[in-house]
Amino acid sequence: MTNNIVQIDNLSFGYKGRLLHKGINMVFPRGKVVAIMGGSGSGKTTLLRLIGGQIKPTKGEVRVGGEIVHKQDRDGIFKLRRQMGMLFQHGALFTDLSVFDNVAFPMRELTDLPASMIRDLVLMKLNAVGLRGAHALMPTELSGGMARRVALARAIALDPAIIMYDEPFAGLDPISMGVVCELIRSLNDALGATSIIVSHDVKETFLIADYVYFVADGVVAAEGTPDDLMQSTLPFVHQFVHGEKDGPVPFHYPAANYQTELLNQASVR
Amino acid sequence: MIKSNLLIGITRILTGIGHRMIERIWRLGAGARLFFLTIIYSGESFKRFHLTLREIYFTGVMSLLIVIVSAFFVGMVLALQGYNTLQKYGSSEAIGVLVALSLVRELGPVVTALLFAGRAGTAITAEIGLMKTTEQLSAMEMMAVNPIARVIAPRFWAGVISMPILAALFSMVGILGGYLVAVPLIGVDDGAFWSQMQANVDFRLDIVNGVIKSLVFGVACTMIALFEGYDAPPTAEGVSRATTRTVVISSLTVLALDFVLTSFMIVI
Repeated sequence: MTNNIVQIDNLSFGYKGRLLHKGINMVFPRGKVVAIMGGSGSGKTTLLRLIGGQIKPTKGEVRVGGEIVHKQDRDGIFKLRRQMGMLFQHGALFTDLSVFDNVAFPMRELTDLPASMIRDLVLMKLNAVGLRGAHALMPTELSGGMARRVALARAIALDPAIIMYDEPFAGLDPISMGVVCELIRSLNDALGATSIIVSHDVKETFLIADYVYFVADGVVAAEGTPDDLMQSTLPFVHQFVHGEKDGPVPFHYPAANYQTELLNQASVR
Repeated sequence: MIKSNLLIGITRILTGIGHRMIERIWRLGAGARLFFLTIIYSGESFKRFHLTLREIYFTGVMSLLIVIVSAFFVGMVLALQGYNTLQKYGSSEAIGVLVALSLVRELGPVVTALLFAGRAGTAITAEIGLMKTTEQLSAMEMMAVNPIARVIAPRFWAGVISMPILAALFSMVGILGGYLVAVPLIGVDDGAFWSQMQANVDFRLDIVNGVIKSLVFGVACTMIALFEGYDAPPTAEGVSRATTRTVVISSLTVLALDFVLTSFMIVI
C-alpha cells in the first residue's frame, strides 16, 4: 500500500478554452496536514473538486487510495467519497435541519446504525468541536465560527480517511480562527486522517500544515515545509508569505495605459 | 460601407437567434434528463416516504388556503355570470350543471395549476436554487448522497400527488360557492340545482378527465419548478430569474397542455 492517499499526476484542467491548471503534480501522504495555497482565482478550490470527482480533468489524473477518480462510474465515485469529508467555505449546513440533524445526516443516509447509536455518535462529534450544548439550534441561530465547527463535526461524522477544508479560516474572528485551527490539527491526529487545506491565510495555515504547495499561473510555483517557505527567496512566495502589495503578482489588473485611457473618453463608458 | 454594416447587423441578429435556440434546446434536453433521473431514483426516495410526506405538507397543505379562497370566489362569479346568461333563455335551473362542468372539466385543474405554480412552484425553485447557491447540494454530493434521490424526487412526487387533490378540493369548494350565490342569494330551486348537476355530470368523461388533466399539470408544474431551481446560476440574480421563469413557463405550459388534452378528450 502506497503511503500517499491522494496523488495528483500531471493534471491539467480548463474550461471555455482557458487552462486553469497546467500540469500539476502533488502528493498527500497519509496522516499529514497538507495545504494548497495561492491567490484568489488560482484554482485551489477546483483542485478539491477534482479530488472529490465533482469535475473531470482535461489531462492527467487524480488518484485517491490508488483509484483513478475520473475513471470511476457514479457508484465508484460515491464509494471513494465515503472515505472523504469536506468542510465547505461557508459550512453548507442544511438550513432546514437542526445542528444535531445536520451532523446525523451522513450517518442516517449512509449507514444502518440504530437511532440510539447515532445519537451518541452525534453528541461525541459535537463535543469534539465544543458545540454539544448547541445541538438543538438551527443553522440560522449560529455565528459564522459556530457554523464552521458544526460543518466540521458533520465532515468527520463517519471518521473519513481524508478531510478536505475549503478556506476554513475565511471570515472568522481571531478567536474562532484559533479554535478552528487547533481543531483541524487535533482532529487530524486523533482520527489518523489526512487533511487537505485550501487557504490563503498564511499565519494559520503555516501553524498547522506539515507541507505546503503554492499554486500560481496554473502550476505548482513552490512547495516545502512552512519553515522552508518562510525562508524562501522566490519572489512570488516572498510576496505572498509576507503580504506585500506589489511584486510578481501586480497590484493592478492588466489595463491600457492610464493616461491614454483618461484622455480617451470613448474607451470606458 | 453601409452594405457591410448592414450585413454585420443581420449576422449578429441571426447569431443571437441561433444562440437562443441552441440554449432553449439544451435546456429542454437538460430538463428531460433531470425528469428521467428523477424517475430512476424515485425508488430510493420511496424507501423513505416520510421525506415525500413532509414535502406534501409544504407544497400541498400549505397551498390549501389560497386554493380554497380562490375556488370560493371563482364559483360565486361563475354562478353570477351563468345565471345572468341562462335566465335570458329561461334555463336558470341549469346553473348547477354550468358551474359544476366548468369547474370539474376546466377551471378546477387549470386555475389550481396556475395557483400551484405561483405558490408552491416558486417556493420549490427558490429553495432548490438557494440550496445550490449555499453549496448544500454540493455538500450532499460530497457525502456520497444523491441529491436527486434525496431532494428532487420527494418534491416531485409531492407535487404530483398534491395537484389532483387540490384540484378536486377547488372544484368542491367552487361548487359550494356557486350554490351559495345561486340558491340562497338568487333564489334558484335547491332541488333543480343539485339534480341537474347529478344528471349531467359524467364520472368518466368529466371527473376522471379532470383528474387526468390535474395529474399532467402536476408533473409539468413540479418538474419545471425543480429544473429551474436545479439549473439556476448560483447567484441572487440567478435564483430570482429562475423563480420568475418558473411562473411564466409553468403558466404557459399549463394553458398549452390544457388545449392539447381537451382536444384529445373531446375526440374520445
